[in-house]
Amino acid sequence: MSTYSKQVINHFKNPHNYGSIKKPDGKGIVGNIICGDVMYLYIRVKKTKDTEIIEDIKFETYGCAAAIATSSVITDLVKNKTITEALSIKKDDVIKSLNGLPPIKIHCSLLAVDALNEAIYDYLKGKKRKIPIELEKAHLKIKQERQKTETRYSDWVKAEKGGKNGHR
Amino acid sequence: MKSIYFDYAATTPVDPIVLRAMLPYFSKIYGNTMSLHEFGRHAHEAVEKSRSTIARIINAETSEIYFTGSATESNNLALKGVALANRHRGNHLIISAIEHDCVLESARYLSRNGYAVTILPVDKYGLVNIEELESLINEKTILISIIHGNNEVGTLQDLEKIGRICRNKKVYFHTDASQSYAKELIDVKKMNIDLLTASSHKIYGPKGAACLFVRKSVLIDPILHGGGHENKLRSSTLNVPAIIGFAKAAEITVKSRNTENQRLLKLRDKLISGILGNIKDTYLNGHPTKRLANNINISFPFVEGESLVMQLDFAGIACSTGSACSSTTLEPSHVLIALGLPPQGAHGSLRISLGRWTKESDINYLLKVLPAIVKKFRRISPFKN
Repeated sequence: MSTYSKQVINHFKNPHNYGSIKKPDGKGIVGNIICGDVMYLYIRVKKTKDTEIIEDIKFETYGCAAAIATSSVITDLVKNKTITEALSIKKDDVIKSLNGLPPIKIHCSLLAVDALNEAIYDYLKGKKRKIPIELEKAHLKIKQERQKTETRYSDWVKAEKGGKNGHR
Repeated sequence: MKSIYFDYAATTPVDPIVLRAMLPYFSKIYGNTMSLHEFGRHAHEAVEKSRSTIARIINAETSEIYFTGSATESNNLALKGVALANRHRGNHLIISAIEHDCVLESARYLSRNGYAVTILPVDKYGLVNIEELESLINEKTILISIIHGNNEVGTLQDLEKIGRICRNKKVYFHTDASQSYAKELIDVKKMNIDLLTASSHKIYGPKGAACLFVRKSVLIDPILHGGGHENKLRSSTLNVPAIIGFAKAAEITVKSRNTENQRLLKLRDKLISGILGNIKDTYLNGHPTKRLANNINISFPFVEGESLVMQLDFAGIACSTGSACSSTTLEPSHVLIALGLPPQGAHGSLRISLGRWTKESDINYLLKVLPAIVKKFRRISPFKN
């Protein structure tokens, strides 16, 4: 089994900010049950005259220890940051905060950043605001990848939708 | 801090009696079995005695047992060796969809090199359909390889029925019995088995010893060439202490087979009904009765398997999962997919395998801690009810 850093283990054992936010200002859903990782990220944004701050953030994750740890740590990184600050968070920031991830789990850090971007995209879209080009690009890429996975495993997706105990 | 081992299907500790039997062969009787002098002769005699012990357990002839370094090697030798030696007869192989990776990958290798491989599907319990198997055999078919006790879900195939069909159709029948050798009754004559893989470290023997039973009449080529050990089928200096340990381990396992299987069955079924009864939305994978006495495989939807295994590890419990996240390829277990499990069932599976040192109190402890662990991850999961 891959070895995780102490930080990953701590976040995994006691994840921060898990759960959902009722009527969130933004919601990001990324990952795919086919691959075994799904992340939901919820944000509440407080807007004042000249700033907008993510005052609350929560996650729900189905996934391995790395997926849970990256979800937890990104909520720490984002909480009480401005939208602009949050958008500057990259996967390397997540990896650094966790003191590294095993190579095969690097994609989990990307998943967390994707979830954040999607939540902010959802927030801006809801407010009918202009979407920064980079964010629009990221959103498109996530959408395309989801479609690609679902096409590749279309039969298996149907099995899942057949019910939670579909094969019985 | 508790430390409970529930991963006997992965490997087993060496039985102290086995270890004692092995020790002289490291530094006292250390000769090379191929040497003509006394040192070599003594080692040779001990290995031949072991060979005979291992053969007797499956009603094989002593000369039909070939020692190898691992079950992976035995399975590679069975598939590649038979395919290469029988190219003049045909190029078609049939394997089940729930073979161990070493059979699956050997078959894939052959299919990239001019052989045709058919994958025989299994039903939701992991059983192959005998009629379907029969219908897949053609005049080019040279080998059928079907695992006896599945390593992940524990399903036991009916070797006798499969063997009869193979014999009638004049196709060689290989079975990977890594999980069942010495633990389940196998008679290669009665069951018409032509090749069989057995492993030492699954029955409380050391790692590094395994064997392939090859019926005398079977045409097979070596895949390791060299000094001509093992009747020219497997060149390599024999790992004498490991072979001695393998035979001792097999002997002990057979001697206690009936009582031990009864004991394990009771513990197994208590654990299964305890989990299914106390944690909602769970289900058993594999066959309810036609399964290895020590295997439990249960799916926990809304929870990912690697998380479960890690949290259980923190609680002092060692088991394993078929989840993608825990594999080196990030693909979920092909066995669980072949059984028709949906993604959540495959990613959320837990394999708990019992063994000689599993106590009832271990089962009780697992039953006590597991519900809260599952609940924790279901609370974090977006898919919870």
